[in-house]
Amino acid sequence: MKNVLILISKRSIASLLTLFIVSVIIFIGVELLPGDVAETVLGQSATPETVEAFRKELKLDLPPHTRYVAWLKGFVHGDFGNSLANGRPVFELIGWRLSNTLFLAFTTSLIAIPLAICLGMLAALYRNSLFDKFISITTLSFISFPEFFIAYILIAIFSVQLGIFPSLAVIEKHMSFGAKIYAILLPSLTLTCVVTAHMMRQTRAAIINVLASAYIEMAEIKGINRLRIIVHHAFPNSLSPVINVIAVNIAYLIVGVVIVEVVFVYPGLGQLLVDSVAKRDLPVVQASGLIFSFIFIFLNLAADVLSMLSNPKLRQSEI
Amino acid sequence: MKNLLEIKNLYIEAYYDEQWQPIVRNINLHLKRGEVLGLIGESGAGKSTIGLAAMGFTRQGCRLASGSINLDGTEIKDASAAELKAIRGSKIAYVAQSAAASFNPSHKVIKQYAEAPVHHGLMGYEEAEEEAIELYRRLFLPTPEKIGYRYPHELSGGQLQRSMVAMAMSCKPDIIVFDEPTTALDVTTQIEVLAAVKEITKKMNKAALYITHDLAVVAQVAHRIMVLRNGRLVEEGETCELLENPKEKYTRELLNVRSTRQEKNNSDEMGIILNIKKVSATYTGQENVLDDIDLVVSKGQTVALVGESGSGKSTLARVITGLLPATRGSVTFLGKELPLQLRKREKEDLRRMQMIYQMPDTALNPRQTVRKVIGRPIEFYFGIKGREKDEKIRELLEKIELDPDSYINRMTTELSGGEKQRICIARALAAEPELIICDEVTSALDQLVAEGLLDLLQDLQNKTNVSYLFITHDLATVKAIADKIVIMLKGRIVEQGEKAEVLSPPHHEYTDKLLASVPEMDPNWLDNLLASRASAFI
Repeated sequence: MKNVLILISKRSIASLLTLFIVSVIIFIGVELLPGDVAETVLGQSATPETVEAFRKELKLDLPPHTRYVAWLKGFVHGDFGNSLANGRPVFELIGWRLSNTLFLAFTTSLIAIPLAICLGMLAALYRNSLFDKFISITTLSFISFPEFFIAYILIAIFSVQLGIFPSLAVIEKHMSFGAKIYAILLPSLTLTCVVTAHMMRQTRAAIINVLASAYIEMAEIKGINRLRIIVHHAFPNSLSPVINVIAVNIAYLIVGVVIVEVVFVYPGLGQLLVDSVAKRDLPVVQASGLIFSFIFIFLNLAADVLSMLSNPKLRQSEI
Repeated sequence: MKNLLEIKNLYIEAYYDEQWQPIVRNINLHLKRGEVLGLIGESGAGKSTIGLAAMGFTRQGCRLASGSINLDGTEIKDASAAELKAIRGSKIAYVAQSAAASFNPSHKVIKQYAEAPVHHGLMGYEEAEEEAIELYRRLFLPTPEKIGYRYPHELSGGQLQRSMVAMAMSCKPDIIVFDEPTTALDVTTQIEVLAAVKEITKKMNKAALYITHDLAVVAQVAHRIMVLRNGRLVEEGETCELLENPKEKYTRELLNVRSTRQEKNNSDEMGIILNIKKVSATYTGQENVLDDIDLVVSKGQTVALVGESGSGKSTLARVITGLLPATRGSVTFLGKELPLQLRKREKEDLRRMQMIYQMPDTALNPRQTVRKVIGRPIEFYFGIKGREKDEKIRELLEKIELDPDSYINRMTTELSGGEKQRICIARALAAEPELIICDEVTSALDQLVAEGLLDLLQDLQNKTNVSYLFITHDLATVKAIADKIVIMLKGRIVEQGEKAEVLSPPHHEYTDKLLASVPEMDPNWLDNLLASRASAFI
């Protein structure tokens, strides 16, 4: 376990550095955008005086590095600042959106990951058969279509024709858990279609890669049946690449689903981020950006730790 | 007594060059309970293919073409997949060459032992565990109650190989196929496994097929021996009869491989070229892998560096070449003290010291032609290009006894193991070195091929007066080629000196053990050795 702890501590330090760099890049990026927040908020009819006053109030008249340092100081102390666009605390704005995004990502993962792994194992078991080709063709076609296309097709079938699921994923705080699940089922299905292929193909490839090993031949010679060989002998040894691709896909489910959120009018963090960029709402953009990078870094670290734990040799070696 | 296994007129075919071609031809074989049949031959002789075929198993791209395989009344060739599954593991079991690769790295050893009996419905998991511990005890594995609860990477090669013998026994099969179970082991570990094989076959009254390329090994365990070559039977006979009175020329060649060749007489000192003093090295920064090594190589001399795996032989080679900088001590080469780090050394020093590796497959770039591989050092060290370089390459190919016209444009992947190793030699020679470090250069090769390679090295030394530092664990090789012998154990040199001196008693306790562990052609050798060790132990 010692080397796992070493890995975690080393990576945590690197992550802090990465987060810092990301925050600088986001800051500079937003600075470079044409126009400014005061003009956007006040609209075209505002007089130069009111704009100037508003800028002062938002401290936009200070030089960029001073604003950045002030913001960073606040952030480290747990104060995310207030939205420039409407003055509400960023924390409050983001909290609800983030929990929605995580909820959608988590539900989708629960469907997509087991599905992808089972399909990958079956495809490896019956490799090069019609079944294998059928799974490959189907899942590959799903990722070949744009997300919104799949979303609209699903809406057309399930909401318009059959009328069993709502076409808008409206979600509110007072809703029961069951109602929430019902509301997000269609976006969840859409995302499942999008991410399954990638994970399934990686599972299949990783397992087939291991099937050439001597210990697989040994298992066959011991008279073990093929399904058990795949599940019990091949899969545990192909976990590492599978874990990594799962982590990438979960990260995608959290940070990359803006389009699906827009189609289903789902109040997720992605939509908030896009809106805030349009409004030059720097504190919100920066906080969302940092949260996204944190999630990315965390998932990658989790993947590395898990693949280390999945290998008895790495798990036990004391470095 | 009736035959447990009877193979008649067996043909096995493999698909290559776009057609099915026989790789095993007309093999007849029978095996009774309590009997051990040795199958011997070089690689490609079809030994393993026959062994696996007895279980109804063929590797990818192979098929059972015709003939019959009768296992205790069941015709294997016509058996369904389900029937085969029921037979494999439970009636006939297999011990593979590389235990390290054949154990699943993700599961504990005892779990893999229990898998077959539980899966075949013979017993519950706990019962299997108990039996496993009992078998581990019988096979003299250390701490038998605990060893099974380790992962494969936590066991040594010999321990793993013995656990695999135990695993093969888990369903109490009638027949066990041993496929080169000791080939990957060094001589001292080989004894442990051979003793385990004897224990199983003799005391438990099992039948066994013992596959190997080493006649001396098979002589210890087999009652009868079949000599195979290119998928055909060369000769078959009772072990003693076959060893004393081989009828075929090929069998005699196999027998002769181990006999010592004539002495070389250039033992006179012709000047020291490599002098290593008080060298220590470490990988981790704490434990020394090498400790206080003193070693001298003279011009035109072959110094054999002997020891079991993990003794630090290859590490010493890495220190001498500078790949692993020594923590202490000095390396003097051709009268000049070399910097310990590789990158601080001069090109000329690098040129004069070349290396040949154990695995020619990995030491050659698979995407390059022979011309490119050999041409590179010529260009790099001497700046020779164009036609002149081509002539040099051809000259070198002739030196290593490969026909320049047919080999110069081949890809390195199109060569056999022995040919590849020859190309590696040519590459080393291209730099016109004073010293060549040979790291286990013959251990991946078949006996006869290795033989040819050693002859070539000897020949080249006679012609060019190059010195060799020859790293090996095979004492037969050492006896054949060395002028001086250095014996290593756990990172230290325990004994060194002229060959005759080291090989004749009295020697160091470890040298003694090492020498005694080399199998001899005498079928009673193992029994005698084990008996003498047992009595010494009491």
